[in-house]
Parts: sequence; C-alpha cells; structure tokens
Amino acid sequence: MATPSIAPTVLAQLVLAMAEGKIRIVDLTQTLSPDFPTLVLPPELGQCAPFRIEEVSRYDARGPAWYWNNITMSEHTGTHFDAPVHWVSGRHLPNGAVDSIPPADFIAPAVVIDMSAAAANNADHELSVDEIKAWEKCHGPVPPRSWVLLRTDWFKRATVDYVNLKDDGPHTPGPGPAALNYLVHERNILGLGVETIGTDTGQGAHSNPPFPAHFVLHGNGRYGLQCLMNLDQLPPTGSLIFAAPLKIRNGSGSPLRVLALVEGRPS
Amino acid sequence: MTKPLQRPKRKDPTKRTRLPLLPQGARSRQAQLLTRTAAEGRFELPTCNACGAVHYPPRDACPKCLSDTIVMSPASPLGTLLAETTVRVSPDVFFRERMPWRIGTVLMEAGVSVVAHLHCDVAAGQPVRLAWHLDRSGQAVAFAWPEQETPNMADDIQARELTLDPKFRRVLVTDARSAVGQACIRAFAEAGSAIIFAGLAEPWKPCSDLDVLRKMSGLEIMTLDVTNGDTITELAAEIGARVDIVVNTAEHVRPGGILDRPGITVAREELETGYLGLVRLAQAFAPVMRFRGADGTHAACAWVNVLSIFAQANWPAYGAFSAAQAAQLSASHALRAELRPGGVRVVNVFTGPLDTNWFQTVPPPKVTPTQVAKAIVDALKRGLEDVYVGDVAEDLRARLADNPKAVERDLANER
Amino acid sequence: MVAIKTTPRMTYDGVVVAMPITVPYQRYSIKAAHWWIGRALQAVVKTAKIRLADIDGLAVSSFTLAPDSTIGLTQHFGLSPRWLDHIPLGGASGIVALRRAARAVQSGDCSIAVCVAGDTNHVDSFRRTLSSFSRFAQDAVYPYGAGGPNASFALIMSHYMAKTGATREDFGKLAVAQRTNALTVPHALFKKPLTLESYLSARAISDPIHLFDCVMPCAGAEAFVVTRADIAKDLGVPYARILSTIERHNAFADDPIQWRGGWAVDRDELYGMAGVSVGDVDFVQTYDDYPVISMMQLEDLGLCEKGAAPTFVRANTFTTDGSCPHNTCGGQLSVGQAGCAGGYIGLVETIRQLTGQTSGATVPDAKIGLVSGFGMITYDRGLASGAALLGRA
Repeated sequence: MATPSIAPTVLAQLVLAMAEGKIRIVDLTQTLSPDFPTLVLPPELGQCAPFRIEEVSRYDARGPAWYWNNITMSEHTGTHFDAPVHWVSGRHLPNGAVDSIPPADFIAPAVVIDMSAAAANNADHELSVDEIKAWEKCHGPVPPRSWVLLRTDWFKRATVDYVNLKDDGPHTPGPGPAALNYLVHERNILGLGVETIGTDTGQGAHSNPPFPAHFVLHGNGRYGLQCLMNLDQLPPTGSLIFAAPLKIRNGSGSPLRVLALVEGRPS
Repeated sequence: MTKPLQRPKRKDPTKRTRLPLLPQGARSRQAQLLTRTAAEGRFELPTCNACGAVHYPPRDACPKCLSDTIVMSPASPLGTLLAETTVRVSPDVFFRERMPWRIGTVLMEAGVSVVAHLHCDVAAGQPVRLAWHLDRSGQAVAFAWPEQETPNMADDIQARELTLDPKFRRVLVTDARSAVGQACIRAFAEAGSAIIFAGLAEPWKPCSDLDVLRKMSGLEIMTLDVTNGDTITELAAEIGARVDIVVNTAEHVRPGGILDRPGITVAREELETGYLGLVRLAQAFAPVMRFRGADGTHAACAWVNVLSIFAQANWPAYGAFSAAQAAQLSASHALRAELRPGGVRVVNVFTGPLDTNWFQTVPPPKVTPTQVAKAIVDALKRGLEDVYVGDVAEDLRARLADNPKAVERDLANER
Repeated sequence: MVAIKTTPRMTYDGVVVAMPITVPYQRYSIKAAHWWIGRALQAVVKTAKIRLADIDGLAVSSFTLAPDSTIGLTQHFGLSPRWLDHIPLGGASGIVALRRAARAVQSGDCSIAVCVAGDTNHVDSFRRTLSSFSRFAQDAVYPYGAGGPNASFALIMSHYMAKTGATREDFGKLAVAQRTNALTVPHALFKKPLTLESYLSARAISDPIHLFDCVMPCAGAEAFVVTRADIAKDLGVPYARILSTIERHNAFADDPIQWRGGWAVDRDELYGMAGVSVGDVDFVQTYDDYPVISMMQLEDLGLCEKGAAPTFVRANTFTTDGSCPHNTCGGQLSVGQAGCAGGYIGLVETIRQLTGQTSGATVPDAKIGLVSGFGMITYDRGLASGAALLGRA
C-alpha cells in the first residue's frame, strides 16, 4: 500500500476541516465604497485617491446583456497592503514592491494584541514594549515571520470618530516607536496589521522618527495591513492570514481581500 | 402697482406638471449682437462706426450711410412709451398660455423705436427705462421698466419670464465647505429663497465655519461630493424635484502649470471637481430641472457656475487650474444648450483671484466670497448669463475683447 | 453732389386692364398655392378664349409658394412668357404688378400680361407665415407676444386714436359699411350683416383691435390682365384705362411710429398725371387690413386733411349707394384675406366697377376709381404703398 505524500494529505485535511466547519474563515476586509475615508494630508501635498466607481453598462444601451463598472483608487485606499518600497526607508530593499515580494509571505500566521480597552480611553494610545511583553507572558513570544494584528475595535466606529479629526489633526491609536523596534528586531515579525487608516498613530507625524511604523517596518522589509476589521473575531494566536496584494508592477501597495483562517467553531 | 409675489403654495402631487415651452429663438446673425449685451447686462444699441447713427432692429449696413461697420455702443436706456397693446390672441403656443401679454413701442432718446415687453407699471406717454434681457429661448428681448423704481417692481409677471429671481425659490449650493459656498448661503437667505440645500463633501471632516450657519432656518446641509457620483445620485433622488436653482461652488484650486507640477494627480483632481463634477451634477439634477422649467410660478430656472476668469485665458501661474476651468466653461455651454428646451438658463460667473488660501501669494485686487455671492444673486435677479466679478475679471474681459494674443503674452509674465 | 433731375412720368396711353378674376375663397384649403394660381390662370384663358401660348407676360404674388417662385410656375403651368415678375409685396402687390405690367406692355416687352395673386391657407399656415415673415419680424417683433399683425397694428391704431381722437365707433362705421357692401357679393366669406353694436361688443384681440377690425386669413386667388386696348377689343373683353399710378416704399422712415404712408409723398403726381382732382373720384378701394389703415389712406390720398379722417368718416356713408363708396365688394374685412390676393382685391373690384362686371352692387355712373395698396409690415410699420386711378373706357 502506497503512502500518500505529505502535502496532499495536509491540504486534504484542511479542506475537510473547512467542510466540517472546524475551520472558520473570517473576512478582515472593509467594503470598498466611495464613502470610505482615505488618509488626510495637508492639501498642498499629493493626495490618496478615494475609491470611485462608475457604471460602464447595466443591461442597457451601453451593454445590453452585462453589468460592469470602472473603478479608480489609490494603492492605499480601503483595506490595503503596504509594501516596503512605500516608505523612503525601504526604497533600496530587494523585492520591496508588491510584484516582487515572495508569494510565500502572503500566507502567514497571525497574533492579535488586544489594545481596545486602552484605545477606548485614549484615542492617541501608543502600544508599548511593556504591553507586548505582558501579552507574551500569557501567549508566549510573538512567533517570527508572523503578522501582528492590533485590535482596537476602531472599525466599529462611525466614520467621523473613525477618522477622528480634531483641530490638530487625526487622533487614532497605533504602535509606539519602541514597540516597533522590539517587534521587528527582537521578534522578526512579518508585518503589522491595524484597523485604522494607517499603521502609525494619528499623531505619528510628531514621533521620532516621524511615522515610526512606516519607517521601521518598511525600512526592514516588513509589511503593513491597514483598515482591517473583525479583529475581535480572531484568537490571540493560531490564525492564518491570506493577504495577497494585486500584482502591480513596482506597486507600493494594493487594496486587497484579507482572510483569516481560524480553528474551531464560532463562539 | 405690481402685485407682490406670494410664497407659492405647495404643489399638489397628483397634478400634471405643465411642460416647458419656449418663445421663438430664431435670430439673424446680426441680432445676436444684442444677445451678448443682454447676457452681460449692458444697454447698448447697434451703432454705425462710420457716421455714428444708431439704428434698430440690427442691420448689416447703416441705414444712413451704408457702412458695414456696425458695433454695439452704449446708449441711453431711457425712452418714452408711444403706444401699447395688450395681446390677447396668439397662435404661438408659448405666449398663448401666457395671455394677456402687454407690449409697446418705445421711442428711445437715441431716436430709434423699439417694440418691447412692458412692465405693468408703465403706460403710454410715460418715460421708461429699456433693458435687454434674455428670454427663455436664450435670445435678447427688450423690456421696458418703469423709469423710477416702483414697489415690488421685480415681481411683475412679464419681468419674471426674463429674470431668475431666487425669491421663494429652492436653491442647491453644492459646496458649503468653500468660502464662496457659505457666502452664497447667506446671500440666498437674504434674497428670500424658500429653502437652501447646501452640499457638504466628506462630512466626517470638521468644518467649524459651518457651525453658525447650521442654525439658520431653511438651510439643509446634505452630503454631496461632486467627485463622488453616489452622493450626487442619492441627493438628487432625495431633493432633485425640489431644486429650482443650482449654484455650483465646488472648486479645486492649486497653483502651478504643466511643467513645475510633475504628474497628473492634481490636474486630474482639478478636472474631477471642475469639469467632471459639473458633468456628474448635471446628469443627476439637470434633466429634472429641464422637465420642471414651467412648473408653476417658481419653476426651475437657473444653473449657476462659479468659474475663474482664467477659464477664458490661461494664467500659467495657475496653468493647470485654468485649463480645468476652461473645460468646465466649455461644458457649461453644452449644458446651456441642453437645458434650453426647458427654458432653464445657465449663468456663468467669472471671478478674478479670490481672497482665499489658494491665492494667498497673489497680490490684490482680489475678490471676496461675499462679492461673488452678491454678484450671483444680482445676476439671477437681472437674468444675466455672463457675469464678471471684480476688477481683474472686468479687466481681462476688456483685454480679451481687445486683443486675446496680448492677453496670452501678458499673463505669461504675471505671478 | 449732382442734383438728380426727374423727368415727367409717361402716361399709360393705349394700355388697359381687363378680365377681373376671383377664385372664390375658402377659409382653409388642403390645396397648394399652385392650385389656386392655376385656377385663376385657367379662368383668364377661358374668359379671353386664348391659348396658353398667348400669355407672354406673367407676374405672380404669393406668400405660400415656397420653395417656388414665378419661374417655377412657367414649367408648372406650361407657359413660355417673355416677361416675368415675382411680386410678393402683400397689400401692395396689385398696384406694383399693374405698374410693372403696364410698362412692359407699353414698351412691347409683352402683349398679354397676366397678374395673379394666389395663396393657400392650411390649418397652420398663418402661424408659420408670421414666425418667419421677415428678418425684422423674426428679430424684433414675433418674440414679443407673437401677436402677429394684430399686435403691430394695435400699436399703430392706439397711437392714431390718441393723436387724432378717432373712436372705435369711427372704425366700426367703416367695417359695418363694408359688410353692407359685401352682402350682395356671392363669394364673400362673411354673409351676415354687421351692426355697430356687434362690432363694439366683439372680443378684444389686441387692444384696441377687436375681432371685427381683423381680416380672416383664407385661401383664394385674384387676377387681372394688362394688355393693349386694341388686343382687348379684338378679344372682346371689357377694359378700364390706367390713368395714373404711384408707388413708394419706406416713406417717412424717421416717424417714431407710423401714422402716414408713402401716398402722402406722391399724391399730387397721382392726380396730376391723371389730370383729375380728388373730387372727381367716384369710389375708393383702400387696403383694409385694419380700418385704421383705411383711414390713414383716406387722409394721405387727400380725401380729407391729415388727422381728419375721423370727421370725414362721420360725414360719409361709404356704402355703394351712398357717399364716398368705399371697398365696394366688402374688402378683405368681409370677403377674407387670401394672402397676397388681399393686395389685388381692390384693383380687381375697381376693374369690375368700371367695366360693368360687378358680382354685387354697382356704384352708379362711376367713371373714375381710386385704388390703393399697402403692405409688408416687416418691423413696426407697413413699408410698401401705392395707388392707381383707373377710368372707364
């Protein structure tokens, strides 16, 4: 009797587990719509194009049997992926654009650090190294080459509070500079995923370096995922993330569908 | 005495809406000289450049010396009403449903006789003040106003066929975030508009200037982003049948020409807001307005575009913006033709540099948002079509009429 | 500058006018103008018992012939004239056609000149004619209430009333007298008597013009033949003599509003050339698109002083059997206005009166008839005017 090879067995087991409902699929993607906010920058700078959709035909004179739309947006609109070349610190790295990133990186495990309570109290809350270490006490060290997803419950907010613009700019939570260095250099993570519009805090321009998440992550060849949702449905450890950006030549990022595979039935 | 205009009753939703009709719009090429003077609200008469004789109706040669150098020259608008008649029967469908209709023969101080529409406060033998106005067909007609202001003068029924008075009308101001948009809200409230709908793009962005206005009664702030077709269709579905006047104040001004501003991102944004914004707005709102061109005493009547004077001549310091404005201006002419069957008029308001952030480095004279808003309301009250606000706009208008090539060279050097 | 000398007008000795033809009018017609003109031409041929080839001169007046003009009608009707004219001058068409044809015959350019006016009236013809009548009408009149000639003449009439003191009763008197005259004319469209009361109480059309101040647009044709006296004798058709004619266009251009016409310029020549005075005139046919225009003609042709027509009207009866017989067939006001034929009706009736061929009442012992034409209000006034004195042969 021939022994089946390992890979088919694993995939077959995966398919079976999914069919039996032992593995859930959680959609971490915001719906692309023209109303979804984009990053707000000073107006004299280049701006991130919002998502726009125009009907080409809808079973009418413009196309009698078919419905389709033309869409336009930035590489950084909606739920999106940031590649290393997105930031000046990562501009010289090899394989730093979405079309050259090794595809293996698009499927990776994830851990979820829940900072929603702190974020609810303080919209400017910055994740600290201590908080990470406290998390590691419960769940073990953050595994290498895994996504770190910051749960803030920010996606549950109405748009005005989600963007949270004040007289001095946006106020949204994110990682502090020290936490980033710890995750990248001590834990060798694959990337950071957040629910907010940027991987940095809303006030990240005032950090040193400015926009530390972008600077540190991309300067070290790591990735970012932004505008995620449903992180509250993921366990602290053990989920698997499918996050494959569009294969844009020399692209700095891409809107994408982010799916998480989670073992166990919905609670 | 002019009967004062009454706030219109609410429309019976079970009643048929009267379809718009037009007075005859055919005119000779030479008569179109009057169209321009009417569009800009000036009073001029056809005049021979060779012998100075004034004539009317417009001719291709002077009836005194046969010179063909006929120009429009400023003339006294005053005259005497020699005779009047009340027309009660006409085979023309437009006037038939507006009978009785008064016209008269006015002897102008310039010596010519002009058949004119009459204001109800003028009578044979009395002095009158003549003005050229555009009628619903878009062509110039003479209207005899009382020489001196009379009570409720603007409310005259025949005058209101020519003017676009915002009184008791419902207005959509498309961008309440802009300074011009906010000034328009105030100006239309002062002009007695029944409702002012004000569009606000990306309402999640703060707009503290609006806090005072929000308390204004009759003002409804609604989500509207001219670059986002969804917000336009949703708003049109909600209020489209109630908008009598659209005032498009949406703008996207950035300095720079073609070379010193690499890429086309900003140029595209200027087109998205300016040209495409107009197209999107028009596709959603204009068809209903065209249908409602004769809907009661306060029918849909006007579409106002706030444009830069540099739509007419490119200012390289704002070269890409000027080009986008030119596209919007050109599109406005298409819209004007397409709205004509409804008798809905397109009013283009050309401003010089505004006294706003994006013209911070531009030296005065600059145009304040309040000036623009007042000019818009004034243009509607007078039924103008091409309006020039501020010294820079007036100056460029005159220079363009004189020598467009010189304007091109001169603007190249202006910063 | 050279002073241009004028020479005395030639007389029309030996030139006569004959064969008054009327194709009975219809309110609306489904036929083309060509049909109406064809009926008139056939009536000429039948009356004179001539061949088509004998017609060597043709003048046509019509507003509804488009896209044709007279030249197209030669092939249409199988004619080969050696003199041709197209005279769409509305109410002045008849006088102008007479003048041109008379000189053509006199000079030998043709021998039998048929002058025809014919127009059709479809249901929407009137509106179409109004909206594109002239460039000035298009540019400066029609967009003002689109009242057509009613509105334009209302302005002239209201000014005339203010200036002369004329009353609606005065205009009514002319209209009522014309209706009385029309009652004996078989082809008049109006067959009921008109009283002054019904004139006064008629509905307003364009103040001060009321219903019975207006002509009724209709379809119809009128024609006459200009030829030499000897030819008319050979053909055995009765004829009248052409004593004198005048024609003047755009007179008094600087009058701010019309209250006189070109007759006043040339009136003395009209009587002088004929060698008669106004007192010798036995009847008058004015162009009566509105009674006010008839009154203007009575003044400008010298039957009374300028501005005195109201008094003159009050002093005369204007009926065929009374004083100053006027528009003896009923005129356009009672017969109808068949486009350019309205500019022929007075001339045709004058020929009838002077040749004993009336279809209605005859002015007793009439020897001299005065006929006047007026037309073409392209902006605010009628531009064309003309008049003729015809005499019994």
